[in-house]
Amino acid sequence: MQRGLRSREYKAKNALVIACAVMGIGVHGPGLADWTAAREALSGAAAYVRADNAAPASGLLPAAKRRRATPSTRIALTAAQQALAHAGLDATNVPAVFGSSSGNPDIIHDICAMLAAGDYQISPTKFHNSVHNAASGYYSIAVASHRAVTSLCALDGTAAATLLEAAVQTISAQTPVLMVCYDLPYPFPLSEARPTIDAWALALVLAPPLFEPAAAHLTLTDGAEEQALDTGLIDTALELVRLGNPTARMLPLFGALALPGPSEVVLRQGNGRALQVTVAPC
Amino acid sequence: MTFKPVAVSAQTATTAVGRGQGALLDALQTRRGGLKRYRARRDFASDIDGPTLDTWIGEVEGLQSVTLPRQWSRYDCRNNRLAWVGLHQDDFFAKARAAVARYGAARVAVIIGTSTSGIAQAEGAYRARDPEGRLPESFSYSTTLNNFSAPGLVSHAIGATGPTFAISTACSSSAKVFAAAARLMQADWIDAAIVGGVDSLCLTTLCGFSALELLSPHPCRPFDRARSGISIGEGAGFALLEARAQAPAYLLGAGESSDAHHMSTPHPEGLGARLAMCGALESASLAPDAVGYINLHGTATRSNDPAEGRAVAGVFGSTPSSSTKGWFGHLLGAAGIVESIVALLALEHRMLPGTLNTTDLDSDCPNNVLLDNETRDIDVALSNSFGFGGSNCSVVFGRENTRPRTLS
Repeated sequence: MQRGLRSREYKAKNALVIACAVMGIGVHGPGLADWTAAREALSGAAAYVRADNAAPASGLLPAAKRRRATPSTRIALTAAQQALAHAGLDATNVPAVFGSSSGNPDIIHDICAMLAAGDYQISPTKFHNSVHNAASGYYSIAVASHRAVTSLCALDGTAAATLLEAAVQTISAQTPVLMVCYDLPYPFPLSEARPTIDAWALALVLAPPLFEPAAAHLTLTDGAEEQALDTGLIDTALELVRLGNPTARMLPLFGALALPGPSEVVLRQGNGRALQVTVAPC
Repeated sequence: MTFKPVAVSAQTATTAVGRGQGALLDALQTRRGGLKRYRARRDFASDIDGPTLDTWIGEVEGLQSVTLPRQWSRYDCRNNRLAWVGLHQDDFFAKARAAVARYGAARVAVIIGTSTSGIAQAEGAYRARDPEGRLPESFSYSTTLNNFSAPGLVSHAIGATGPTFAISTACSSSAKVFAAAARLMQADWIDAAIVGGVDSLCLTTLCGFSALELLSPHPCRPFDRARSGISIGEGAGFALLEARAQAPAYLLGAGESSDAHHMSTPHPEGLGARLAMCGALESASLAPDAVGYINLHGTATRSNDPAEGRAVAGVFGSTPSSSTKGWFGHLLGAAGIVESIVALLALEHRMLPGTLNTTDLDSDCPNNVLLDNETRDIDVALSNSFGFGGSNCSVVFGRENTRPRTLS
């Protein structure tokens, strides 16, 4: 199967290619509440205007669970819901790959602050919300999916790692796969150790190449160069966001998805290697 | 997904019973457990009195005197000291570097499971905040607290530059690393992977499980009628996987599922557990009766063991099974890899471990739980790991002679 996916365009040694389709897109960032709102700013057709979003009320979560869910979970599920709706897929049949560098930064801060104050009575809800896979756990409960759900982290390479893992899963399972990346700022004082700009969640539904309806087709190629330059954004405000939020490192891919013609973006992997992604809108 | 078997070329585990798989095998064979009564001011939070907890822990001794090489000193924290110690047992470090030399750095992935990474370092940094509330300058976020710290350290030290990331799905984390590595091999993205798991003792998990009233006041007694919860342990385990190699044992399959039930309580009938086990068998093209031993998740909580027991009995009938958490505790993000290594030891040494500390089996758990060790020749072993968020993973391993059968 894999041999058939190799493209003749890539003849360099170790030129690995994984091809997949994009069936759905979800965006949740300050001033860009969904994919429709985000297209122009991400493609460079309009300036990005930062604005506070209304608190996302993810329809995926029932009211009781929404109250308990962390801010990370809420924005992750908001982007996930958009991408699934765009793809027109029943979430119960879609494996999901969640990626985040920070996980639940507010909860980690709360727990460290409590423990430092000698208060060892962490609430059960706070504890289960502290796990990195809280968002993916709430997700599987919210959509009643028994399919595989994973949660991964690669610091500033998280976006590339999550995209690669989701694409690999579409190939191995021959099924659409939901990919969700999300990162929120840490509260002070961790904010000084790990500055993070704004709260972003980005989601895609990827599928094997022949699945319809596709919004675009991607090919992922392992970049030969280490420490390669990754693709930036034309909009200076968005470029700062890209560099300041691990999830936003994926914004150039979404910018490419907003363009009418084909393009290529380079994402940095966790170890500094390049992940080249060609994007061909349908 | 149907698996092409993946060679497990090297493996190592470090837990409270000792450093390296020799110590683990010896502890299993001699029924020597490593759990100790918790006392405050242990190594992992020695600057404070800490909480009073009536429980037992599986602590890896001597980590306070471990020094990372100078070029990796920014990674220094309990979790990475444990990772470093674990990586250097059983000649694993040299074998991993040899794989990098053999395949090329970019063709070797590093995938490490962890639940809390170096959070103990952040706990300490919060205690050491200055009057303005700032963390000490010495606190290094990316190389300690972030989940990528252990995979970053391991990949840099070994020199691998293939896909490098942490899987953090609580207590299933380092079982899922096998599935992720096998997928990358199937896609021909890599030839080999260093997979593993590392989790270390910290106040966050001790206090968190205490809040859930899941800490046992006794060394944990999985599947016992009188079981009273978990004993938290720490550990590091690693395996070298190769897509095309001869090895004593092979990864034959993996199954992942979600309970979709509750964030911190398993599905009462073990629905997700059953799906994970059946998925592992299906990916390995194996019938349930091919499996000769099951290393259970077996946490010894009131809710896990009956749910898992029903799922196991439903899929496998009376196949021998045991939980080895009585030896080293619940290793959380390192449980999957270390218990996979127990399953591999069972295959290679024809020794099925029993269930330490357990004497009176709970009739609510209908699976065949071994109390005593048994000498038995088996071809295939399965290991279960289930975590918060209803995240389940089962992995299945076989000896070389099972390979042609699964391929046919």
